[in-house]
Amino acid sequence: MKSKRLTLLLAVMGMCILTACGSEQEGENGEVVVYNWGEYIDPDVLTSFEEETGIRVIYDEFETNEIMYPKVEAGASAYDVVCPSDYMIRKMIDNDLLSEIDYDHIPNAKEHIGSQYFEQSREFDPENAYSIPYCWGTVGILYNKTMVDEPVDSWDILWDEKYADNILMQDSVRDAFMVALKRDGASMNSLDEAQLQAAKDALIAQKPLVQAYVIDQVRDKMIGGEAALGVIYSGEAIYTQRENPDLEYVIPKEGTNVWIDSWVIPKNAPNRENAEKFIDYMCRPEIALKNFQYITYSTPNEGARELIEDEDIKNSPIAFPDLSQYENLETFSYLGEEGDALYSELWKEVKSE
Amino acid sequence: MNKKTLAFPYIFWAAAFIVIPLCMVLYYGVTDKTGAFTLENIVTMATAEHSKALLLSIELSLASTVICFLLAYPLAMMLTGMNVSTHSFIVLIFILPMWMNFLLRTLAWQTLLEKTGVINSILGFLHLPPLELINTPGAIILGMVYNFLPFMVLPLYNALAKIDKNVINAARDLGADSVQTFFRVTLPLSLPGIISGVTMVFIPALTTFVISTLLGGSKILLIGNVIEQEFTQTGNWHLGSGLSIVLMIFILVNMVAEAAFDKEGDGASL
Repeated sequence: MKSKRLTLLLAVMGMCILTACGSEQEGENGEVVVYNWGEYIDPDVLTSFEEETGIRVIYDEFETNEIMYPKVEAGASAYDVVCPSDYMIRKMIDNDLLSEIDYDHIPNAKEHIGSQYFEQSREFDPENAYSIPYCWGTVGILYNKTMVDEPVDSWDILWDEKYADNILMQDSVRDAFMVALKRDGASMNSLDEAQLQAAKDALIAQKPLVQAYVIDQVRDKMIGGEAALGVIYSGEAIYTQRENPDLEYVIPKEGTNVWIDSWVIPKNAPNRENAEKFIDYMCRPEIALKNFQYITYSTPNEGARELIEDEDIKNSPIAFPDLSQYENLETFSYLGEEGDALYSELWKEVKSE
Repeated sequence: MNKKTLAFPYIFWAAAFIVIPLCMVLYYGVTDKTGAFTLENIVTMATAEHSKALLLSIELSLASTVICFLLAYPLAMMLTGMNVSTHSFIVLIFILPMWMNFLLRTLAWQTLLEKTGVINSILGFLHLPPLELINTPGAIILGMVYNFLPFMVLPLYNALAKIDKNVINAARDLGADSVQTFFRVTLPLSLPGIISGVTMVFIPALTTFVISTLLGGSKILLIGNVIEQEFTQTGNWHLGSGLSIVLMIFILVNMVAEAAFDKEGDGASL
């Protein structure tokens, strides 16, 4: 008898676990499932969106584009709004994963997002049909003025033996190769065998000088004075300077990566209408401003920039650089499956050296 | 109602979360993107960058297993000689850190070993030259030993505690000195504990990717890192699964060895 009850108990417990996933409370106007970069939004914005619209936000985060892609492709968890970067948006368009944006339902987008950002987006989204810019920026060198006394203006300094064990590199294929390719004057979207081999050799030669390959930790390590030089996204630079005034950010003269992260709606989005409302809300100047102040990544929202009170930030050459001053700026393009495989193969050779 | 019905949840668990995923790894490992049969994913372990990562993993995990063993065996012997309250206190001290998250403990080592970290700050305060600790193979071995030491101590302690004191006394009565007693009685009788301790340290050390990322600064590529990157970064599940199969062979060999030594079935595995 006792064992029968136990089996029953186990069965009931199993049922509870299984149903628990399905019975979460819905908002009065349904829900919207958002898939965004980690620490890439002001959490208050999500709360105020829920209060205003009655739509419940289910929020999920990823660390790299490469981690995000298979999850969206598999479709196991249907997202309504995703925020990938340029080249990944291209890959998603090519593989028919995205649905076209209906700008009539997102009036704030065309009104407040600067037209130059839409222009720039055409490199990966030729008709501006699939993506609405959320954040943008450059990649550059962050250096500690107390540890580096010469002027920093070139990627070459990352190969200077003086700074052995004081250099932080990005632990991601495309970003690492971008540095090496740009240093050689090549395109960061190169598929040329000789250029890529040269870049690989350069990265291998650089490896003994590198203290660590990291992604998010560049920020904390630079603030803590662990390293003299680090490759970093411009959005993190403002935050790090706030924490440690000795840090300075430069865009090297050989050119760099200008990237855009944009909102897209996947084809299998179950709550399309709510997704549009969410994106429209994010494009409101005061909301974009809140996000900018929280995450310090450059906003393409002209309305938000107007609202910034601190003149130094409003005209900051880091947050809002005048891109016409720099040469050889590029945006990552999708290299196709073979191109991706080639890059990862070469990167593995660098890492295993 | 019999035992079979009671076992159902566990059978379900084993099927859903162990057998099926393993079959999927096998399937992915021997197919390519089009679904055709291929052995290429497995053979690719022989390429320079993969075999290098594998050899380095074996080297580091062997080193940490040996260090764990040398640290744990004397400790386990001391524990068996203590009275109940003292030894349970010491066992508690060893288990206590395991209540904290493994990632947090490894991150704490990062703070200790960093260039501007705790250890180097103390050295600087004493006007001693700073040490290069983090992002070296040594740091990875340290992380492995620190994290996996309890898995060596506990089976060894279990095995040693089971040895009948009379057997040791008999050896001494028959004229063996303490060194002879140790090598001819204690050590062979604790063999099941040694085998399971070695397994429980060697296998997680061989497959780890977190310790090498955090304490090696991603500069030192272990086979675990290669596989992790195939799944998360490159998105080539076929290659990742193929390499995992090769690793599984190592684990199987280890388990067969364990079974061979543990024929009586009264081993001290946890």
